[in-house]
Amino acid sequence: MKAIEVKNLFFQYEDLPVLEDINFDVEEKDFVGIIGPNGGGKTTLIKILVGLLKPQRGTVNIFEKPVSAMNHHIGYVPQSFNFDSSFPISVIDVTKMGRLNQSKIFKNSAEDQLIAEECLKKVDMLTMKDKLIGNLSGGQKQRVLIARALTVKPKILILDEPTASIDSKAGLNFYELLHRLNEEMTIIMISHDIGVISQYVEKIACLNKKLVFHDSKEISREMLEQTYQCPVDLIAHGLPHRILDEHEHNH
Amino acid sequence: MPELFTYNFMVNALIASFLASIAAGVIGSYVVVKRIVFISGGISHSTYGGIGLGYLLGFNPILGAVGAALVTAGIVAKISRKKKQSEDMLIGIVWALGMALGIFFINLSEGYAPDLMSYLFGNILLVSNVDLVLMFILNIIVIGTVIIYYNKFQAVTFDEEFAKSVGLNTDRIYLLLLILIAITTVMLIKVVGIVLVIALISIPPAIAINYSKSLKQMMLISVILGLLFTIFGLFISYYLNLTSGASIIFISVVGYLFSYFLKK
Ligand SMILES: Nc1ncnc2c1ncn2[C@@H]1O[C@H](COP(=O)(O)OP(=O)(O)OP(=O)(O)O)[C@@H](O)[C@H]1O
Ligand SMILES: [Mg+2]
Repeated sequence: MKAIEVKNLFFQYEDLPVLEDINFDVEEKDFVGIIGPNGGGKTTLIKILVGLLKPQRGTVNIFEKPVSAMNHHIGYVPQSFNFDSSFPISVIDVTKMGRLNQSKIFKNSAEDQLIAEECLKKVDMLTMKDKLIGNLSGGQKQRVLIARALTVKPKILILDEPTASIDSKAGLNFYELLHRLNEEMTIIMISHDIGVISQYVEKIACLNKKLVFHDSKEISREMLEQTYQCPVDLIAHGLPHRILDEHEHNH
Repeated sequence: MPELFTYNFMVNALIASFLASIAAGVIGSYVVVKRIVFISGGISHSTYGGIGLGYLLGFNPILGAVGAALVTAGIVAKISRKKKQSEDMLIGIVWALGMALGIFFINLSEGYAPDLMSYLFGNILLVSNVDLVLMFILNIIVIGTVIIYYNKFQAVTFDEEFAKSVGLNTDRIYLLLLILIAITTVMLIKVVGIVLVIALISIPPAIAINYSKSLKQMMLISVILGLLFTIFGLFISYYLNLTSGASIIFISVVGYLFSYFLKK
């Protein structure tokens, strides 16, 4: 079954077109990486997929149903913190927010607690569960947001630059975690780290207003140049040269 | 001091302080964490229009206040989807329009409106038994709703975007919160008056937030602080013969400054 099906999607903010004629399918249990330049529309596309924005034209189906009917199957890790650091709330209570989707009348709060603790453990944050969220470092907060998305028990996990402020050791563990999670769920991840993308991801989508979907994870110079419209500097930053070179030898 | 309590009005005033502090502390905590103090000010000031209309058409001004507060809550919920900048401006307009309409309606009405000042600045010593019953019922509504929606209100005030992404109808929950703010505002008019409601809603939680590990705890501390401020203000107003609303707010501000320097 197709996890995500996007057809003829157009989106604009007021009069700024951001996404034009986007078409792609994501199969169940795929691991898709989305790359593209700043302002290319990655976050916008993801917000449409999780139902935060409505496209002006086109359709988005999640497991063959409209997004609004499937929200409770999607775990979302946003790019930035949308909350106030002075908010008096503990790490565990933030994590539990992923359980709000369970529209049962009698909620099993003991079960929610257990699930939240389990998810915090996965991101190595269980020992901090009673701390105030505002007292954590940026990377620690980001891990809590990942745990929060996991408590949804999602069929599709969507992450917007989840590793931007996570250190390299935790980052490695994190990719291993995603790899394991991928056995039971579809994952879509935005990242500027092309090295990581090409190592862990199965399929790659390049987005810069228009989207080019690649059913393999090989990154060629042409792909990058097309997406980034050849700002060589930009490529050189996130990309270990050897990956490119290897590819060139293969061709 | 005990002879004070033999006065019926004093007993009523104390009960009113208690009821007002509960709703103000609980709802005020949401107002402070969600940073919608200005919105709440707009809602409370718009009630003046309803009070004026009550005078003009001859119905209970408090009913007019309830109506105006609810209408404003609805308007605010609609315009909150706009950009922050225009939202701010539109709420400022609603705020001023409410006051202007109130004055306008009172100009139009024939009779003399002697207790208008008490709507603007409150007079807790004039709280009647009927007022107390009304306050009690409104408190039940407010607290009952908060108990049922505690997790959802917390999610929407903490991170509205995530709440929406898991499928909560955040617009509806936010509207419900605004309605509770409207109800609370009306409840507080008798105690501190339209102009000062916003202080009683925001000062206790603004202090409490610094000492709280959870929203629940913040609410509890806010209620206790609100109770201290209103009762202390009440006695000052009684012994020094000052307006009760102003005394309560004055004490609250002193309390805020005290906690501010204590924290440093
Ligand atoms: N709320 C908004 N209102 C108006 N324009 C917006 C809004 N959010 C984003 N944009 C614009 O839409 C375009 C795409 O933004 P988006 O956040 O989707 O980019 P992105 O690919 O995620 O970039 P980055 O790599 O920097 O995260 C940008 O030009 C941005 O200025
Ligand atoms: Mg982005």
